[in-house]
Amino acid sequence: MGSVGLVIPQQMFFAEPLPLRSGAALADYTLVYETYGRLNADASNAVLVCHALNAGAHVAGEAADGSLGWWDNLIGPGKPLDTDRLFVVGVNNPGSCFGSTGPMHVNPATGRVYGADFPVVTVEDWVDAQARLVQRLGIRQLAAVIGGSLGGMQALAWTRRYPERLRDCIAVATAPNLSAQNIAFNEVARRAIVTDPDFHGGHFLAHGAIPRRGLRVARMIGHITYLSDDSMENKFGRALRHAELAFSTQAIEFQIESYLRHQGDKFSEYFDANTYLLITRALDYFDPAREHDGNLAAAFAMARDNRFLLVSFTTDWRFSPARAREIVKALLDNRIRVAYAEIAAPHGHDAFLLDDPRYHGVLRAAFERIAKESGQ
Amino acid sequence: MIAESIVAVVPQGSRVLDLGCGDGALLARLQAERGCQGYGIELDDAKVLACMRRGVDVLQLNLEEGLAIFADDSFDVVLQLDTLQNLRNTTAMLRETARVGRLGVVSFPNFAHWPNRLSVLRGRMPVTRALPYQWHDTPNIRVGTFADFEVLAGQCGLRVLDAFGLRDGQRVGRWPNLRAATAVFTFERG
Repeated sequence: MGSVGLVIPQQMFFAEPLPLRSGAALADYTLVYETYGRLNADASNAVLVCHALNAGAHVAGEAADGSLGWWDNLIGPGKPLDTDRLFVVGVNNPGSCFGSTGPMHVNPATGRVYGADFPVVTVEDWVDAQARLVQRLGIRQLAAVIGGSLGGMQALAWTRRYPERLRDCIAVATAPNLSAQNIAFNEVARRAIVTDPDFHGGHFLAHGAIPRRGLRVARMIGHITYLSDDSMENKFGRALRHAELAFSTQAIEFQIESYLRHQGDKFSEYFDANTYLLITRALDYFDPAREHDGNLAAAFAMARDNRFLLVSFTTDWRFSPARAREIVKALLDNRIRVAYAEIAAPHGHDAFLLDDPRYHGVLRAAFERIAKESGQ
Repeated sequence: MIAESIVAVVPQGSRVLDLGCGDGALLARLQAERGCQGYGIELDDAKVLACMRRGVDVLQLNLEEGLAIFADDSFDVVLQLDTLQNLRNTTAMLRETARVGRLGVVSFPNFAHWPNRLSVLRGRMPVTRALPYQWHDTPNIRVGTFADFEVLAGQCGLRVLDAFGLRDGQRVGRWPNLRAATAVFTFERG
């Protein structure tokens, strides 16, 4: 199993405005994307990969700075999503901070950095933007769309908005909407950012500031929810940083504190605060059943000809198996083809980025069929 | 081994739910040969993967938790082959089978098959092709007989449509309680 090697991100500019669910529009925008493998003659072997909160278009291979793609363990020659057979597209969503038009870019209407003025984007808006990119790449119908977590929501939204433009939908560690608890975590993270004195109402770049403290706390909160109680216990337990207690309320005493602070520090160096607000809001808003009086089955009625694979992880308490089963039920009620794997992995929500052999085995089997069905 | 007589009771083109579908071989065959469509339910990781490799739509669910995920009458046929004996909630599962499907098909090892009776007469629990486990490591937590099921079906409000035995894959019509290694019942809601 190999790597796709060195990859150069590409850009595509869209001059036509992107109408958004809020009623606003993105005047024009650039999407950063990467591709791996080769598009076949009838453009039938393309797989779109949707990213979650803290990721972008760099899905596989090695970037110029040496960084590995965020789903490199899944995608490459001979890997479960085999780039020898399938053409893979990774794209960064608008509003994110990994290259595509986002809050750190200049608003053409004002000539100033968007900051807090970047319009609120939703999962459906992202899917619309992705659909335009896919069309420009000459792909009439995707062999599959895959995503985990928030990426899984995008994969699901594809089947609702453009059911005829994809065949398979693979949604991992995702949910039909966020629970009150999930929204609560997001809100704590947002308050941490917004109440940072360096936030300046979202126009911190104009003030030469970055709300790092808020971002750190937001990341710490998020990180706790991505891990399971058990995995945290196994990794850190009550291990101390030093042999003796310091009897300090401020110093780092436990290894878990050190780990969370490190994660927070790292994150605050590269992630944009407005992007964090936008993406967590997109998560909160995703709720396909809402426009059908809460009837999730009705929300997937148009996806009759799509084929689904849902995967959940038993220790994922943020997007629990029970939530995935709600989606499965909605599909079953529509008599839609669906397979569902519930992986007994110990790693919590993070499991979707790891390479548990049962998980990757199921994905490999699915992609082998998908490749075969696209003539590869 | 998939008994022809079980394949034969599944009508052409029907929607099938296979409870405890194993590696998905039967569903794959029903799809390929009889134009059926449907889902399998399986708990075991390796078997789920085998189903995926066959392109069978498998759902990794625990049957002990019931079939609430399926609406009433959502299948033409619900298969429960060699699964009944592994489940704790036998009666609930039979009622659920009849609720979600118009036709239920159940098969299980017949404990009253004569070699089993002989074995018990000799004072030892039977170990046969249909009951291949030692008493202390068997997953079969419900051992019953062909005759027992006739009684249970009545208690669960099922109307038995057909009942026969299987031995070496062949249908056993006469004295199935004595002569059949496997009992097969097809039924509908009473």
